[in-house]
Amino acid sequence: MTTVEIKPPILVVGPLAWLRKNLFSTWYNALFTFVALWALYSFLQPALLWSQTEARWGVIEANLTLFMIGQYPREQLWRVWLVIYLLAGLIGLSWGVWKDAARGFAVIGLGAGAAFALLCFFFGWESWSHWLIACTTLLILYLVGRYLPYASFLTTVCWILYFPGVFLLIAGSARIASLPPVEMGAWGGLLLTLLLTIVGNFGSLPLGVLLALGRRSKLPIVKYFCIGYIEIIRGVPLVTILYMADILLPLFLPVDVRPDRVLRAMMGFILFEAAYQAENVRGGLQSINRGQYEAAQALGLSGTLSTVLIILPQALRAVVPALFNSFISLFKDTSLVAIIGLFDVLRIGRSVLAQSEWLGTHREVFLFAFFIYWGFNLAFTYGSRRVEEALGVGKR
Amino acid sequence: MNDTNEIIVCRDVHKWYDSFHVLKGINLTVKRREVVVVFGPSGSGKSTFIRCINRLEEHQRGHIFVDGVELTNDIRNIETIRSEVGMVFQQFNLFPHLTVIQNITLAPFWVRRTPKEKSRELAMQLLTRVGIPEQADKYPGQLSGGQQQRVAIARALAMQPRIMLFDEPTSALDPEMIKEVLDVMTELAQSGMTIVAVTHEMGFARAVADRMIFFDKGEIVEQGAPDQIFNNPQNDRTKLFLSQILNH
Repeated sequence: MTTVEIKPPILVVGPLAWLRKNLFSTWYNALFTFVALWALYSFLQPALLWSQTEARWGVIEANLTLFMIGQYPREQLWRVWLVIYLLAGLIGLSWGVWKDAARGFAVIGLGAGAAFALLCFFFGWESWSHWLIACTTLLILYLVGRYLPYASFLTTVCWILYFPGVFLLIAGSARIASLPPVEMGAWGGLLLTLLLTIVGNFGSLPLGVLLALGRRSKLPIVKYFCIGYIEIIRGVPLVTILYMADILLPLFLPVDVRPDRVLRAMMGFILFEAAYQAENVRGGLQSINRGQYEAAQALGLSGTLSTVLIILPQALRAVVPALFNSFISLFKDTSLVAIIGLFDVLRIGRSVLAQSEWLGTHREVFLFAFFIYWGFNLAFTYGSRRVEEALGVGKR
Repeated sequence: MNDTNEIIVCRDVHKWYDSFHVLKGINLTVKRREVVVVFGPSGSGKSTFIRCINRLEEHQRGHIFVDGVELTNDIRNIETIRSEVGMVFQQFNLFPHLTVIQNITLAPFWVRRTPKEKSRELAMQLLTRVGIPEQADKYPGQLSGGQQQRVAIARALAMQPRIMLFDEPTSALDPEMIKEVLDVMTELAQSGMTIVAVTHEMGFARAVADRMIFFDKGEIVEQGAPDQIFNNPQNDRTKLFLSQILNH
């Protein structure tokens, strides 16, 4: 006898069934659904009406470049685009090489790039071609990544080189004629926000790992130094750290070393975030069974080797959700640099409001800032969830 | 160390957990190619004792020599001894983030500096020896308990140890998987490996052990060939314990 597979009835699975099960299962459930829909409509209707009639969205269009890069010299804009192309290429490469783990971020990158291209084309802005190039680069390198030898190693190296590369591209150097230096005071907008986020997070992670390991060390000096560092940094607000990085740091450094204000802010973020990353990582270290240490020791692995090969990979994988959580949290905290006189995307918004022709456009400007932060966080969340799934966090 | 045929020598070994006296003066000599089964009630210190042999636990008085080298606080001695003493744990303790083959090749590559291809070849031989070459590229979590324990044995053997320590290797296994692990251990014993095993598998002990050691309350109460221990135990505590585990 052969079994016949029958499609499930339409009211058992599928969107219709979902609607029925979740929204209209009983008469009072249906009633609640309608009341909620009506409430939602009456809240949103004035906002939608406002955005279609009264709102002066011109303030965003006129200042879009300012929002994105602050006072960065306009004739050097191509450097920012190059950074974006390189990023797109790297995401594509990672997608081709690491498949599922990078797919989330690749899908987002591709989707966002295509959306921006369409948006720019629709409004008649010339930057649509740049987004198209970025999308194409991503796709081409995806194909390259699928057939590359030693792919995983090469991709890792590219990512490691990418961050100093970006810094060099954006900052420029007096020695390279085609990359004239751009002083950091001119960096601003979303560019500054993202740079602070990325430097703060990736710079603090290795420091955090060392602090976490140090806190569990058997050597009392190392141990108490790490505990002291973590507890002091966690005991003060970020604002204080930023002030200290801005005002006190130059006092500790040699006279001829005067790091720029942006650099000082970056150091402040790294020092601050390292304490939190250390506690994240420590949580991971504590989740590792004692048997893992013993098995590594019994095989003759030295303490360093067992930490690097056995303990850290498992500990870091266990805390991927916490690490992404810190990433998002730091992304939003970068808005605090406004208090030491830097122009991140939110602070740019406030300066735009001071322009005489755009007085009273608070709603438009802050809504725009809201959507920037929210959009990025949605993207991070989606991408990180795909990474977690691919790494099998909580499974295996 | 005049008799080079003695591979493990313990002299008056004591250990305390805080004020609790776990090992109360253990004297034991194991010869090369000897198979020693250690048994006794839980909490008698038998696991603690074999964990002292590769210094997963530290003894606080007395001397332990392994293959002529004394276990002291010198970290280099400890690492040398550990790489020559294989250990199999009750809970397998495989590395869950690595595949079976990576679990086995890890230590030969990083500790012995065996080239990648060669250690992989050796690992496949060992997997064939323990009967699961087809599982090489799976993760430990995808294997049954018995298969995991056999991988753990192959992992220990990959360092080409002179001594194998087994710490209750079958206690965490479902009954139908115990035999596959015991078969591997039996084969290992017959191949001439020096083995010290903490186990309550009396069938295994009767078949392959050269000597059985009964531990109770941190002391060696009685030792002898399996024949003597099973048929003519001298000490009352040994008799009582054997009657409890054999008659059910």
